[in-house]
This record gives sequence, structure tokens and C-alpha cells, in this order.
Amino acid sequence: MESGATTPSRAGKAPAGAGRSRVESGLAFGVLLVLAVLWLVPLAWAVDTALKPESETIVVPVSWIPSHFTLDAFKQVLDAGNILRWYFNSALTSVIITALVVLLASLAAYSFSRVPFRGRGVLFWVVLAGIMIPPQILIVPLFTEMNSLGFINTYQGIILPQIASPIAVFIFKQFFDGIPHELEDAALVDGASRFRIYWQIYLPLSRPAMAAVAIFTFVISWNYWLWPFIALTGTNMMTIPVGLATVQSAYGIHNAQIMASAVLGGLPLLIVFLFFQRQIVEGIAGTGLKG
Amino acid sequence: MEAPERVARPATRTSTTKPTGRRGSNLTGLIFLLPFLIVYTLFLLWPVILGLRMSFFNWSLVGGGASEFLGLQNYRELFGDPVFWVSLWHTGLFTLLSTPPLVLLALVLAMLVNRLRFAQWFFRFSFFAPFVLPVSVVALIWIWLFQPGFGLINSYLTSLGLGEVAWLPDKNVAMITAVLVTVWWTIGFNFVLYLAGLQEIPRDLYDASAVDGAGSLAQARWITIPMLSRTTVLVVVLQILASLKVFDQIYVMYTQGGLNYPATRPIIGYVFDQGFTSYRVGYASAMSYVFFVIILAVSVIWFVVARRRGESA
Repeated sequence: MESGATTPSRAGKAPAGAGRSRVESGLAFGVLLVLAVLWLVPLAWAVDTALKPESETIVVPVSWIPSHFTLDAFKQVLDAGNILRWYFNSALTSVIITALVVLLASLAAYSFSRVPFRGRGVLFWVVLAGIMIPPQILIVPLFTEMNSLGFINTYQGIILPQIASPIAVFIFKQFFDGIPHELEDAALVDGASRFRIYWQIYLPLSRPAMAAVAIFTFVISWNYWLWPFIALTGTNMMTIPVGLATVQSAYGIHNAQIMASAVLGGLPLLIVFLFFQRQIVEGIAGTGLKG
Repeated sequence: MEAPERVARPATRTSTTKPTGRRGSNLTGLIFLLPFLIVYTLFLLWPVILGLRMSFFNWSLVGGGASEFLGLQNYRELFGDPVFWVSLWHTGLFTLLSTPPLVLLALVLAMLVNRLRFAQWFFRFSFFAPFVLPVSVVALIWIWLFQPGFGLINSYLTSLGLGEVAWLPDKNVAMITAVLVTVWWTIGFNFVLYLAGLQEIPRDLYDASAVDGAGSLAQARWITIPMLSRTTVLVVVLQILASLKVFDQIYVMYTQGGLNYPATRPIIGYVFDQGFTSYRVGYASAMSYVFFVIILAVSVIWFVVARRRGESA
């Protein structure tokens, strides 16, 4: 979309600078290519190592091409390791967190945006203030709280602290604020309940906001390491980021298996990113520029 | 500011249709909010309050809660604790070292990619992809790259005739290592913010200046960079806030790959160690609060700066 918008005016650029501009574009492309290769090499090396026979991972000088490529490391990790269990834990918690964040935040935002009630302004500021609280400062009291609730090493212990998202409320409220009042007024006159208006008018209209909030929440909760690392004690309860941070000590010197685990751990997110590249990029840009 | 007008309109309408409208609206509003507010209060506000309370006690994770009221003694001990100051210094140093490359390189990358007429998606993918990876994947990959001998980086350094670097264990290098990994991992976020800022600049500014004979460098200096100043303020502040919160990548590279922890342990790391290794949760809470004040101070400064800029513009 963006490139489409810029291309026509570029094409119409003053011809005087065209030659110089072409040289510069070539130069820019060259520099970018070098940097992109630098950025991709770590990922490529991880995949390459994971596809090597174990004995060939520590050859000096290094070589990208082993005697043969093999999926042994992946097989061993999937057979012996806990990675499938960790996938399940990550998927379960992330999906529940995402659904609840979208639901709770959009309900709250609808109220803040459209339903007048006493104390609304103050409450909105109380919620907004939550954006300023870094989750890192909460780890110690949160652990104490969850411990007394008996939620350590449970799914609810992972999920509950992640479902109150002030920033999601803010994004939904901004979106709802932009929806014309007339729609709602007409529905109210017709006797529709507030909940029906929220459910049948506002939620369907807020699809772009919902997509942005959902994708971001999913990626962030899938990747969230600090709190799950503290709250999860059992290997079979671990999520992908927590579990993978134990494999080095667990597998010892099995380099190909460690890299196979890393590749498997990163793969779902890279796939999500490939599918939702536009939403993720626009989501960052949108919230960033408004902030 | 615009709330009163919005409040007034539907309220008068409902009160004309049914007499109990206003009270009904109060109740409806709260019912919509309630699920969020309950979770928000229990798992965000309450820990903030609990943490403040704990910071005034000799509170231990194993001892069973508040044993002895200490007043400000935890805070006093903190300011006399050399390890606290070293950790704070590590956090500051990490922020000082990571912010310039994460801002400047992101700006350069975005300006270069924005020039391209093709393959933009490829570069966007290359620079942003690491950002979606979990910290453990990033740590495992880089620990592997940093190995002595058969590690890719040291192997290449050797074949270039340069000496090997003890990236992870060397106390003089470990912080640089943490910064390098972080730049690779997170630059995509700033890059995307800058790309979005660049799309907002009107094309005719460039066309007009090109007619006047301005070259690319002059355009960058006199159009692009000034027009991006709003984005730059945002990127810098978000980056400082993110860098101050550093912990995850340092800790995972320490436990999984032997990164020199005493030379890199940031303030959050010391909070973690005091809370979950020494079980001194009161002391750790006091430290969390000092850190919170620093974060708030940065945010407030940003708010004031952004406001002033907003007024002058």
C-alpha cells in the first residue's frame, strides 16, 4: 500500500537528477543488502547447524555445508524433548489471554467511549496510568500474591496477570471514539440494549483495532518470559520461551539439537509474522505515532 | 476535555425517553467496565500497593510474610549497598550504549529502505523478523555464534587473522555482547516506527527541492530529518524506557551460555536475585520502587518535552 502510494510521484520526479538518483539508489540497495545478510546470517546459521549431523557441528574452520544434511536433531528433539508439551502450554495460555484481552478491553473501552456514567473520567485516567507501570517491578509482589492464592505453576497463574491490558483499552477507545454517534442513537431509539449495540455494531466495526490488539497480544504473551519463568516450576508446565531457556543445561553439548529447539521455538512466530506482516507493522506505526 | 459534551447528549436523550435513564446508564457503564476493572485491580494495582507495603517490612518469601516493620530502613540499606549502585550503573551503561545504535541505525535503515522501489518487503522482513522471536531463541542462537573455536564469529575472526574474542565470559566484553545481541534483536521496532514516519512526509517537498537542485544528502539534512523530529523524540524515549528495563537477554545468556553476569547484571537482575535467590522480598520491593521512580521520571520528562513541542508547533 505504502509503496504503491510513493511510486507514482517518484516516477514523476524531475529528470535532471535521474542519473545521479539511480546511482544513489544502487548504492542504497548495496548497503542494505550487506546489512540484511548480516541480520539473516544468525538465523541461517541456526537452521544450518540444526540440519547437520551432531559430529560436524564443531568442525574448525566452520563450514556451511556438512557431508550430508539430516533431520536427526529435529527428530530427537521432538521425540525426547518436552517441546510439544511446551507448544501446547504456550498455545493454550496465549489463545486464552488474547481472547480475554480483546473481550475485557473492548467492553471497558465501549463504556469509556459511549456510556456516560459518574466517575468515568477519573476511572479512565486510573486505567491509563497502568500503561506507565513496568511489569518488571511487579514480579516480587505478584509472586507473593500468586503464592498465597496457590496459583504458582498453574495456567491461571500465567494467564491472570496478563489479561488486564490498559493499552488495549486505549486502542479500542480511540477506535470507538471515531465511530459516528448517529449509529448508536438510532439503535437506542429502536430500543436496542447497550450490550447488543456493543456486540452487533461496535465490535464488528472495530475489526482493524481488534486485529491489531489480538495479534500483538498473542505475540507478546507467546514470547513473555519473565513472569512465566518465575511462576512456572515444573518442566511440563513450561511455555516455549521458559522451556527453551533450560535446554542448554538439559542437552549438554548436543549443539544440533539445541539449534533445532531454537528453530522450532522461533518458527511459529516467524510464520505468524509472515502472515500478518502488514497488521503488525501498521499496528506498531499506528500506536507509536499517536502516542 | 470533550467528555462533558458527549456525556450530555445521550444522557438527555435517555432521560426524555425513560425517567430512570441516568441511573441506568451509570449502572450499565460500570457493568461493562467491571470485568476489566476487577482483573486490573487484582493483578496490576494490588501488586503495586503490596510491593510498596512490602518495601517497608523485613518481608521474607520463606518466613511467611510481614514480620517486622522497618520503616525506611530497606531504602537506607539500598543506598549504602555497593552492588545496588553497580547494578544501576550496568543498567545506565546498557542504556547509554544501546540507545544510539538502536536509534541511528534504525533511522538510516528506514531512510534507505524508503528509497527503494522494490524489495521493500524483503528488507522489512530481514530487519524486523528477529523482533518477533522469544528471548530464549535469541539467546541460544547468539550463544552458539559466540562460542570459542567452532563459533561462527570467532572462526571468521581467526581466518581473517584477527584474534578470538571471549564474547561471553570476558568481563570487559560482556556488556558489548549484550548490546550487540539487543541491537540485532530489537532494531526492527524502531525501524518500523521510522518507516511509518517517513511515509507521512509529503512527496512534493522532495520534488520541489529537487527542482531547486537539492541532492539526496541535502534533502536528508533539511527535509527528512527535521520532518522526522516527532518520530525521533518518540523512538528515543521508547528506546530509553525499553533499555532501562533490560534483564531477560542478559539473564538467559548468563544461565545458558556463561555470559559474565557480575559485569552485566542490571538493576532488574539484582531485584530478581534478592527476591528469588536471597528471598529478601522486602528489600527487592524497595529496589523495584526506586527503579519505578526512575522510569516515571523519564516518562514525565518526555511528556513535558512532547507538550512543549506540541505547543510550539
